[in-house]
Amino acid sequence: MAQAPAVPHGDAADETTTGLSHRKLLMWAFLGSDCMFFGSLIATYLVYKGKSISGPLPEDVFSIPVTSVSTFVLLMSSMSMVMAYSALTRGNIKGFRIWIMSTAIMGMTFLAFQTFEFRDFVQEGLTPRTNLFGTTFFTLTGFHGAHVTLGVIWLLSLFFYSFKRGGVTAERSLDVDLAALYWHFVDIVWIVIFTVVYLFGVFEGFN
Amino acid sequence: MTTIAFSIPRPTYPTGVWSWITTIDHKRIGILYGVTAFIMFVVGGIEALIMRVQLSSSELDIVSPEVFNQLFTMHGTTMIFLAIMPMGAAFFNFIIPLQIGARDVAFPRLNAFSYWTFLAGAIMLNFSWFLGGAPNAGWFGYAPLTGEAQNLGHGIDFWIISLQLLGIASLAAAFNFIVTILNMRAPGMTLMRMPLFTWMTLVTSFLLILAFPVITVALIELLFDRAFGTNFFVPAAGADPILWQHLFWVFGHPEVYILILPAMGIVSEILPTFSKKPLFGYPVIVLSGIIIGFMGWMVWSHHMFTVGLGPVPNAVFTLTTMAIAIPTGVKIFNWLATTWRGSIDLSTPMLFALGFIAMFTIGGISGIMHAQAASDAQQQDTYFIVAHIHYVLFGGSIFALIAGIYYWFPKFTGRMFNEKIGKIGFWLTFIGFNMTFFPMHFTGLDGMPRRIYTYADGMGWDMWSAVSTVGAFILAFSILVFLYNVVTSWIKGEPAEADPWDARTLEWSIPSPPPEYNFAEIPTVHDRDDWWSQKRRKVERPGAPVPVAGGSGYGGVEHAIHLPQPSYWPIVVSIGLLIAGYGLIYNVAVIAIGAGIGMIAVYAWSFEPVNEPEEGSAH
Repeated sequence: MAQAPAVPHGDAADETTTGLSHRKLLMWAFLGSDCMFFGSLIATYLVYKGKSISGPLPEDVFSIPVTSVSTFVLLMSSMSMVMAYSALTRGNIKGFRIWIMSTAIMGMTFLAFQTFEFRDFVQEGLTPRTNLFGTTFFTLTGFHGAHVTLGVIWLLSLFFYSFKRGGVTAERSLDVDLAALYWHFVDIVWIVIFTVVYLFGVFEGFN
Repeated sequence: MTTIAFSIPRPTYPTGVWSWITTIDHKRIGILYGVTAFIMFVVGGIEALIMRVQLSSSELDIVSPEVFNQLFTMHGTTMIFLAIMPMGAAFFNFIIPLQIGARDVAFPRLNAFSYWTFLAGAIMLNFSWFLGGAPNAGWFGYAPLTGEAQNLGHGIDFWIISLQLLGIASLAAAFNFIVTILNMRAPGMTLMRMPLFTWMTLVTSFLLILAFPVITVALIELLFDRAFGTNFFVPAAGADPILWQHLFWVFGHPEVYILILPAMGIVSEILPTFSKKPLFGYPVIVLSGIIIGFMGWMVWSHHMFTVGLGPVPNAVFTLTTMAIAIPTGVKIFNWLATTWRGSIDLSTPMLFALGFIAMFTIGGISGIMHAQAASDAQQQDTYFIVAHIHYVLFGGSIFALIAGIYYWFPKFTGRMFNEKIGKIGFWLTFIGFNMTFFPMHFTGLDGMPRRIYTYADGMGWDMWSAVSTVGAFILAFSILVFLYNVVTSWIKGEPAEADPWDARTLEWSIPSPPPEYNFAEIPTVHDRDDWWSQKRRKVERPGAPVPVAGGSGYGGVEHAIHLPQPSYWPIVVSIGLLIAGYGLIYNVAVIAIGAGIGMIAVYAWSFEPVNEPEEGSAH
């Protein structure tokens, strides 16, 4: 190649064609795939909406004020996630720790609400076996809860890893960026679930 | 360095079994995929032969109806998920980094994980024969037939869990190849300079990541019904008996294109090489591939024409299904135009590629016939459909995959195959294949239903069924000939040159077999078919290969190529998944063990650097 390729050895592989890092592109591809996962679960829920042949039904069990609170907490956790990332990129590791811990705590709060909600529903006679509503509701929100749980584990891992010297640094902020992408995605999914399952399930006008 | 991950030394086995277990070299993983898939192909073939023997004449009683159900279920599932898909994956692994001028895939350890998880799924599915019976509800596993009330025993559970494992493997591989193709192309290789096989792999990978979550959800729902008593597919609770069919075919039809698009990519590489002409209408072929991938999502209900969806859905899906024949036809005409007035070299790969075009076209035409809902009502569940799917999946995918194995054999192994045996093998395959499957058009139109273990005397199906059975044995013999050729040539074939076919793409610019680091110097691409135009412009190749450092043990420091190092963790995660999978079937406590192993390995993997800094750093 007479044109003298301007490619240095070794590190050439580290430069990417699109300019995006490999891991970020992987995360976006994964989230696209996960959209289809939740899409299929939500589709199943909608296909069976109003098809249960026995109660309890959404309007019998849902408490919109309570779930609104947990929804609010989860949405706010997205904001604290942004703050954590922003603190890290400015090199403020202490700020990062505070905000990432807040995010994890808000995630756990959401999970606690979900656990109590599930327990309440079971006491009111709604289990995954009761009717189609129970089957689809617990599966859909359960898988969302599993995603949140995984996210909380990830956030806590980052929090503890930040105490290791050089574990979480501004130069390697991508580690946190990826967790943040995932976390925001899980939040967005919840917005859809809250609207489609809870609000549409209770308010007449939406049905 | 206190964690377990750091206290276990990094594997450094240059040869031997452990070097394969810990390998993250895309070429070795490709070979692992290929060999495993071929073994599975033989297993699925044996299942088919047993069925052919049973059906060779009316009212035979060689296998019981129960075993027959298991045979056709396992044959379909094995051929689709354990043979054709992983053979495609074998080519993705070996060829893609070489075609785009990269040293490995974007995530080498994830790649190893994909292979081991695929192997776990293969083990899970095939060992069901010895653990109380194989699945028996067809490769599509229609619920509620697969529900707990209708289907006792663990066969369906094994089917569910193994498909989930295979799904995880396919998803991980597809993410990997999307990132690799988009992000690791050599300088100058724009999207419209990518080789066709790379393009089709990219489209296939997008189909995989979007289609597999749908079957994942369907399988989860079925598993929950069976394990926890939920009501997804329980009509008594008001469930829709065709929900499964919709979910399955929303996945299942893109899956068909997942099986055929890599084959189309392979053929699009072979035809120009052996015609000594550029691919005719490159942009149109690329676009057709993308359109096929896109439209593949709009045709799923043509698998359900006889369900009773009503005239409007049937009419719509008839139209969309017929429309998808247009981009497919465009491809076929472009391939023919590629060979038009070329100086054609009828070597074995080219024979199989031309065979692909002919057989795939026959399969396509019978496909158009039952794209018509009214016509399909006559053909549904008859041997006509069996003929159709085998013309597109065997005459299509398998012909192209065998063509690809012959074409890239010198690159895979560094040796040439025996051309004479290859040609004999081709004609045996061609004759055996047509003799097996063409008569099924007749028996099918005559009303012979598929998935029945025998049929009454005097239906008039005996003669053609016997012809099919003889054909099946000729076909099986041709596969033995192929295997003989591959094995003997691999051991003692003539050493291959770097570019024995005077080919067009970058993988032929490096030695056969490629060195561990692939490209001593990353090439700069100026053209579509860059290697071809480099040869024509008589451009000097870059100088001596650059020494390699890192875990691979080639000295040299200054211009070191940092290769990713082998790792134990990918296989450990896969083992954890396999254990958890068995736990889901037998014992909840075992799930925790499997999940624990997997979790520890995931952490160890996360904290393990791609290259150990101590060894790789140059100073």
